[in-house]
Amino acid sequence: MKTKKLKFSTVYLWIVTLITYLPILLVVIFSFNDSKLTVSWKGFTWRWYQELFRDAALMEALGNSLLLGGLSCLFAAVIGTLGAIGMARVHFKSKGMMEYLSTLPIMVPEIILAMVFMAFFSLIGLPFGMVTLVIAHTAFCIPYVFMMVKARLVGIDKSLEEAARDLGATPNRAFLDITLPLIMPAVVSGCILAFAMSFDDVVISLFVTGSTLSTLPIKVYTQLKTGVTPKINALCTIILMVIIVVMFVWSFLRKEMDQSKNKPKK
Amino acid sequence: MSKPSVGTKKRDFWWMCVVPLYLFTLAFILGPMIYMVAVSFATNNPSGYGFQWIFTLENYLRIQDPTYLQCFRQSFELAFSTTALTILIGYPYGYYMGRLSPKGKKLMMFLVMVPFWTSSLIRLYGWLILLQAKGVLNGLLQALGLIEDPIKMLYTYPAVLVGMVYALMPFMILAVYSSVEKMDWSLVEAARDLGASPVKAFWTVTFPLTLPGLLSGVILTFVPSMGLFFIADLLGGNKIVLVGSLIQDQLTRGSNWPFAAALAVLLMAMMTLMIVVYRKVTHVSELEGRL
Repeated sequence: MKTKKLKFSTVYLWIVTLITYLPILLVVIFSFNDSKLTVSWKGFTWRWYQELFRDAALMEALGNSLLLGGLSCLFAAVIGTLGAIGMARVHFKSKGMMEYLSTLPIMVPEIILAMVFMAFFSLIGLPFGMVTLVIAHTAFCIPYVFMMVKARLVGIDKSLEEAARDLGATPNRAFLDITLPLIMPAVVSGCILAFAMSFDDVVISLFVTGSTLSTLPIKVYTQLKTGVTPKINALCTIILMVIIVVMFVWSFLRKEMDQSKNKPKK
Repeated sequence: MSKPSVGTKKRDFWWMCVVPLYLFTLAFILGPMIYMVAVSFATNNPSGYGFQWIFTLENYLRIQDPTYLQCFRQSFELAFSTTALTILIGYPYGYYMGRLSPKGKKLMMFLVMVPFWTSSLIRLYGWLILLQAKGVLNGLLQALGLIEDPIKMLYTYPAVLVGMVYALMPFMILAVYSSVEKMDWSLVEAARDLGASPVKAFWTVTFPLTLPGLLSGVILTFVPSMGLFFIADLLGGNKIVLVGSLIQDQLTRGSNWPFAAALAVLLMAMMTLMIVVYRKVTHVSELEGRL
């Protein structure tokens, strides 16, 4: 089956992939560079990692980002999952419009969402800080959970819930025992995606955060504009490692989902 | 839907499920959006901060100013070039990826997703390291003797373009890949059996069938590229002013909220138009695909 001849497609895929990874690798490599400048290699060091953990401001920003991501994820998970479940079963006239509106935050450019929130929060007199950040982030986290769960609900076998009903389960019981476990992977995977988006967001955070509160991306962004220290490289490397671990968990979940999706068909 | 009639009895319970979504969407999405549209017709306070609720069209008329029109033109140009380049590089990538063995697909999927999930700032930072005057690329070119003095690469238009293409490429790849994956390859085989050359089979069968994927990739790259102001900001210095940067500038330094709102409304109107057109087009091609 396998031809030893190197195919053009393989070469193409690998070249593009390598170029994609080049900038990321550079960030990682320079996190171990024994020089303040990210220009040339001066030898190996752990120093930036040590300094990173001693940097109280960066650590605080990291804490803020984790809290923000966690809270928005939690709210988005509840609102998005309930919404997707409900939407699949109700027949309101406003349903289509509402679905469009609730997914709007990931359709419009970030800068517009940022300005909309900033203007609105100052209108209702909400003080800028964690509360405004959480509301704004929840808004763009909901669509990820909502769409994932919605797709999953379409994909699962209706006969399973019907079978439970036929065997005498109440609708609530059938839902809790059959449907909910089946959509759980979608909820988790939507949450992971939402968390990643929240953890990465610069534009919206920049506008709705107060003058005192800073998230990690805001810190990195301002440093990139003014002047970076390799501490940022060290931080980026750690984040990258976390992402790769999360990715493994996610792809595992996807596999589980695909398997349970395919089983009834075969 | 195909729900059995027994299920509809419990409708009151499911109705409760959508309440949080409805409330949140009305309070924090529809409300703020309406407010923004209202602000775009308000009069700016020339003496400084804030605006007055006096109806005016001035904010929209002001966009006709050549400086601002230039800004819109530049944004569209950049969005077009970005989209064109992502198609050029991403389509073959997604296509080849879809033709791999299941194992290969999984590996490539992982490789595509990691950068996609990596903070866009980390990736931008990588390009900064690569492109700066005393950076890695210039160093490499000098070491190879290809150039004598470092070339100015950072803070140029191509640098911004590279950054945009790089940031948005995964969307195109994944969109194309998913439509290639779903494709019925027996159709291509049939075309080949009937004597079509591989190239002809590609253009008459494969390409039209993957067009919906390609188009959703176009929307997924074009729409964000109009608003990704911080890439232009970091890689382009302040030379390339996009609509996004203009809005940001009006909000912060200019403190002219009505004008910023008008710009945002106009930008959103254009995007909505594009998405509507896209929906129409893909609907048609999806139907064609099914026939």
